[in-house]
Amino acid sequence: MAVYKLKTPISEEDARKLKVKDTIYITGIIFTARDEAHHRALEFHEKRKELPINLQGLAVFHCGPIVKKKGDEWIIVAAGPTTSTRMDLFEDEFIKNFRVRVVIGKGGMGKRTTDAMKKYGAIYGALTGGAAVLAAKAIKNVRSVEWYDLGMPEAMWVLEVEDFGPLTVAIDAHGNNLFEDVQKRVEETKQKIYEKLGA
Amino acid sequence: MADEKTVEDVAVKLLQLAVTELPKDVREALQRAYREEESEAGKTQLKAILDNMELAEKTRTPMCQDTGVIIFYVKAGAEVEDLDKIEDSLRKATRRATKEVPLRPNAVDPFTQRNSGDNTGRFFPFINWEITSGDSLELTVLPKGGGSENVCALGMLRPGEGVRGLKRFVVDTVIKAGAKPCPPNILGVAVGGGADIVIKLAKKALLRPIDRPNPDPELAKLESELYEAANMTGIGPMGLGGRFTVLRVNVDYAHRHPASYPVAVAVQCWAARRASARIHSDGKVEYLTHKVV
Repeated sequence: MAVYKLKTPISEEDARKLKVKDTIYITGIIFTARDEAHHRALEFHEKRKELPINLQGLAVFHCGPIVKKKGDEWIIVAAGPTTSTRMDLFEDEFIKNFRVRVVIGKGGMGKRTTDAMKKYGAIYGALTGGAAVLAAKAIKNVRSVEWYDLGMPEAMWVLEVEDFGPLTVAIDAHGNNLFEDVQKRVEETKQKIYEKLGA
Repeated sequence: MADEKTVEDVAVKLLQLAVTELPKDVREALQRAYREEESEAGKTQLKAILDNMELAEKTRTPMCQDTGVIIFYVKAGAEVEDLDKIEDSLRKATRRATKEVPLRPNAVDPFTQRNSGDNTGRFFPFINWEITSGDSLELTVLPKGGGSENVCALGMLRPGEGVRGLKRFVVDTVIKAGAKPCPPNILGVAVGGGADIVIKLAKKALLRPIDRPNPDPELAKLESELYEAANMTGIGPMGLGGRFTVLRVNVDYAHRHPASYPVAVAVQCWAARRASARIHSDGKVEYLTHKVV
């Protein structure tokens, strides 16, 4: 259970070094993407259109922030993670095509994503749900906003971050999935709980 | 007198207090969970929750970007004047708070999918009314996040299953919810009445402070049994494993139809935001959940 400080772009080798339960902090560039931005990025890829930024080695953040504009400048007010399971639909292709190395969110992801992370060398970092001010504090600057036509929560916000975390490695590049382990253990204790309750 | 402007101002203040500062009982429960949590991953999550809580309070920023669906509970004394104007004041307050705090606009038309942009719409904010005796007005706001709302559950059990069925239903709901409702959670559990009554009672149970036992010793016993059971699952803070899946279970009930055994579980995230105030007939305002200087 080591603590790592990573700088973007993150290499495949660095991503593969990480194990579940490790803690990481990220410095550099991360970008937000929810359902809509994932969808559009994959559409761009299919049509061989260039993305607004090169995503290789970056971290994708499942987040729909509260952002306010002060003059010409965007300021992130609150930016906690959203539930990641919705992005299970896209994430394997996303990792394959764009080689992001870290996926940041809450609640964990499923087998398809876990398999892609193992194959291409990426990890899932769990950020504390609801801890929106803490997350916003580590965001130093909004570098750009792409695809704002999708609306504030669904747009792609490109962010400069410093020691963004703590992120708990919950899926590593070796096929381990902490959320699935916990869920398995929970199912195993279910009968014991019923018995204790006399239910 | 609780004039329109006072009601509006107090409601704005309550919304601001609720989303930026947790009531003392919730804060203390989270601090205790951090002290007693044994799983390292769980402890990391609780530390982040506590740090975030302090920072939100200090900077007067919403602790979570999801500032929820806005629900008011109004206890209106029968002698309060202009009762018919209160709803309008609460809608105005919601619009103002959305801009001033700010809150995330969360009122979406379910057919056109258009967001109204100011947290008002049909039945939004939602107001629960209760008429009491006297001449004071008590306002409570419950901004309710979507992640935990999505795992609330209603079970129309068979009377033969009884309390055993109720217990099983609560455990199953917690397990099915897993990491999704941002644990550690508070559970409002209710039994009896009918489908609508039981879910309303369960949600209202979320308003009860979590630092004192239920005055009914039988219910207190059931609450502590359900608390132990939910925490035996090991789901833990944010679903990463640990001792604290729930901070508290609050139970309420209504008498039921002989053929029905309705059970409801209302799930609240760790950011268990609520705020209350009483407006007295002389216009004096007393804040009940928060210290206001």
